[in-house]
Amino acid sequence: MTTDGTGHESVDLVRPYVITNGQELPKGDEFELVTLVTAADGGARRAQLDPERRALVELCCGGYLSVAEIAGHIGLPIGVIRVLLSDLAGNGQIVTRNPVPTAQLTDIQVLQEVLDGLQTRFG
Amino acid sequence: MDSRLVSDDHTYLSEQVRIAAKILVVGHFAVGKTTFIGTLSEIPPLRTEETMTRAGAHIDDLRGVQGKTTTTVAMDFGRLTLSDTLVLYLFGTPGQQRFVQVWEDMARGALGALLLVDPQRLEESFPVMDLVESYGIPYAVGVNYFDESERRPDDELREALDLLPDTPVVACDARDEASSAGALITLVKYLQTRTS
Ligand SMILES: Nc1nc2c(ncn2[C@@H]2O[C@H](COP(=O)(O)OP(=O)(O)OP(=O)(O)O)[C@@H](O)[C@H]2O)c(=O)[nH]1
Ligand SMILES: [Mg+2]
Repeated sequence: MTTDGTGHESVDLVRPYVITNGQELPKGDEFELVTLVTAADGGARRAQLDPERRALVELCCGGYLSVAEIAGHIGLPIGVIRVLLSDLAGNGQIVTRNPVPTAQLTDIQVLQEVLDGLQTRFG
Repeated sequence: MDSRLVSDDHTYLSEQVRIAAKILVVGHFAVGKTTFIGTLSEIPPLRTEETMTRAGAHIDDLRGVQGKTTTTVAMDFGRLTLSDTLVLYLFGTPGQQRFVQVWEDMARGALGALLLVDPQRLEESFPVMDLVESYGIPYAVGVNYFDESERRPDDELREALDLLPDTPVVACDARDEASSAGALITLVKYLQTRTS
């Protein structure tokens, strides 16, 4: 596993499909690029997992990361990460927080918060 | 409020983060997307790949044809924690039409896009503009001046790019934090006018 996610330009195309045991790639809406993920139960039960799933759960033990960040840190394509995540979610080993959890939260509010945040940080 | 918004090593998000917003940084080849994201990101910019396959193809089918109908494309992204509950992700990807699957993923839920253009190569921006428009993503134009002496009046750029009258045009140096943040702020203010 690398921490910067680079150097994987030539990930062997066969390998990811072996990792995912031939499952279909889930559609994007279950795990969007910015869906936030963390390990359930502090990553207990990860010892029985295969190396890729274990690495993923270990990474997620430290706190919340987006799906995109997980793919970047692990160095596997997003589609493969989605398969692994949906597996692990099925086993209750990871939990997600959806990008915008409450329906009441409109784009107007999000935009205002983004603007305030940018101005505070860079203003 | 806890002033420590991210974990000690800056890898993880704060426990309290509830909203993950997404803004795209788009533009033609070598226009400065990666530079822009790196300038603003609080984490070392990450890179990830999308494996592109035929729509609906089953994995097993791909084993025999790997290298023919699949290809990988990199996108890079960075992160900005803007409050204890809000994090903003910036995603950059190449503007070629053949990367539509990546675009679908990136476009889903995106608030808007900053379209970076090089005033010396304006015509190269048209395919990207078409893509952004086809996904209905509102955008502002950031003019990355690689050489100050090449400055052109905004009117001229607008005309050359055939922009709508209310599309913002803002100069930005992708290497400079204040300048890049200013371009993002211009975009967000524009997005606000469209939702109100
Ligand atoms: N002088 C100058 N150089 C810049 C500026 N922004 C980027 N560059 C340089 O232009 C080159 C391309 O920048 P990148 O940030 O890699 O561009 P990109 O859009 O990510 O490129 P691709 O991902 O290959 O499409 C790099 O060598 C940068 O250092 C700028 O504002 N001024
Ligand atoms: Mg780049």
